[in-house]
Amino acid sequence: MSTESAVMPGAVDPPAPQANDRRRRVRKDRAGYLFLLPWFIGMLFTVVPFFASLYLAFTDYNLLNAPKWIGLENFADMFRDPVLLKSLQVTFVYTFVSVPLSLAAALGVAMILNRGIRGLPWYRAVFYLPSLLGASVAVVLLWRYVFGFDGIVNAFLGWFGVDAISWTSDPDYALTTLIILHIWTFGSPMVIFLAGLRQIPTMYYEAAAVDGASKWRRFRSITLPLLSPIIFFNLIQSLIASFQTFTQGFVMNNGGGGPANSTLFYNLYLYQQGFGQFNMGYASAMAWTLLVIIAVFTAITFLSAKYWVNYDN
Amino acid sequence: MSTTLPTPRAAKKPDEDADVLIERFGSTRKSRFSRHVILCVIGLVMMYPLLWLVSSSLKPNDLIFSDLSLWPADWNPANYAEGWTALEYDFGVYFSNSIVIVVLSIIGNLFSCSLAAYGFARLNFTGRKLFFALMLGTMMLPGHVLLIPQYILFAKLGWLNTYYPLLVPNFLATNAFYIFLMVQFMRSLPQELDDAARIDGCGPFRTFWSIILPLCRPAFATTAIFTFISVWNEFFGPLLYLTDPELYTVPLALRQFIDSEGQSQWGQMFAMSVLSLAPIIGFFIAGQKYLVKGIATTGLK
Repeated sequence: MSTESAVMPGAVDPPAPQANDRRRRVRKDRAGYLFLLPWFIGMLFTVVPFFASLYLAFTDYNLLNAPKWIGLENFADMFRDPVLLKSLQVTFVYTFVSVPLSLAAALGVAMILNRGIRGLPWYRAVFYLPSLLGASVAVVLLWRYVFGFDGIVNAFLGWFGVDAISWTSDPDYALTTLIILHIWTFGSPMVIFLAGLRQIPTMYYEAAAVDGASKWRRFRSITLPLLSPIIFFNLIQSLIASFQTFTQGFVMNNGGGGPANSTLFYNLYLYQQGFGQFNMGYASAMAWTLLVIIAVFTAITFLSAKYWVNYDN
Repeated sequence: MSTTLPTPRAAKKPDEDADVLIERFGSTRKSRFSRHVILCVIGLVMMYPLLWLVSSSLKPNDLIFSDLSLWPADWNPANYAEGWTALEYDFGVYFSNSIVIVVLSIIGNLFSCSLAAYGFARLNFTGRKLFFALMLGTMMLPGHVLLIPQYILFAKLGWLNTYYPLLVPNFLATNAFYIFLMVQFMRSLPQELDDAARIDGCGPFRTFWSIILPLCRPAFATTAIFTFISVWNEFFGPLLYLTDPELYTVPLALRQFIDSEGQSQWGQMFAMSVLSLAPIIGFFIAGQKYLVKGIATTGLK
């Protein structure tokens, strides 16, 4: 992301007579556009649906009849839809609990790993592997049984005298199991943190240690500021991904979002509205609302960046 | 690992003033040991569910939840044979469906993203910066916004219940992450290569094919591995577009194990879960180097 403004190396036009210049320009343009041809066609599959869904958000459309313009009614309905508000709440709780926790775990483990440890590739592999599996149906299924009434989590808690908990069927706990699943996948931000920590010159720490800075002080004054662009990047990525969680909620309770809608993620409800009940207009309005929510949170993160993200290293 | 330079360690100096330094570099035996203990405990906790999955896939059903030890007291490898044929079609069908989709997706991504990346990274044409910004913008765009119109479009094209909705976008460079990854890689190659090729009379296509492509193998490997993992895991697309069980991919098939209420063939389900995860773990082990490099440069998940 930080590279988007970087100057791209490309052939620079040598000085030439004007007509020649234009001909070369046309030839270059043609070559460039030919290379981008698949991408241009692909963009049609992106740009057209982007605006089409904005239009559909203001219509009543069930796939069979033509879309009927109803103005802001879909959005008004959303405010009155308790299930929608519940799904928004589920998604918010999930995001704002699991994203900070998993990033903290990622940073903590990355810092332990960064200190020149033997067997680093092994540890990194073990911590990273779950993040590749976390979204797979097999692992979400596994999670249902690990947190099942007779599962290993309850057996483990039983050693400490904790009564068995109905993790997956109690509305108070069902989302917790998915938050734990999210934290389990801290490996991919961890690898990014690890790459970032390597960039911090060790001499900073040496100088700070000579000056008598405590461990905590060194973390606050060296590690955090110098790592802040990477924390920022991980935060944006995780927020955007987390707002769109689907598979975990779908598989955990077999498409229903239960118990008592406690795992009804926003996108799962969108799917139910769009493809269960074919309320395509309503689902489009939901999609755009989530887009705006994501954009707002991304913008807040970007605006806050100037107070905590350090770019001048 | 060629990508990981070990952090320089402080020399083991018997210098008392330097103990803060030594602690930072983990050279005291005690702190090194305690770090290994912490990491091993975290690692074990994280791996335990997966180990339990493998062990349960080999246990008879009545032992799975009563005997929690990882080493089965009673072995039942028949779970694999029975699970393979437990659903409407046997898992050979689902696995070959998944493999077809994965292989074609990899080919499509490598083909279309490398073309686009070369255009962005090495060619100069009108509007390049604008298009590049647009491409980066689509990287951040949540896919669900496009979902409904795309579904309607694919329905109108008669593509429901076919693999086209899952495959065609990959041939049209719609995955901006891979373009970005390849652009980053191509920019790191010296510009003199292109200049030399041009002086020798190579056009852009020849330069792309004979000079740049062979040098981009590491970026292609990263793209292929990431495509493999994400497409193999992909659940939402197949769920939306495939309704005929004969076309199901492995994740859709696995989900059928819980469709029937009160199913109790856990051993079979776990056996098939293990088989569905095995290729990812295999690719992960084979391509760890590329994966780590890939997410470190683009933040891809």
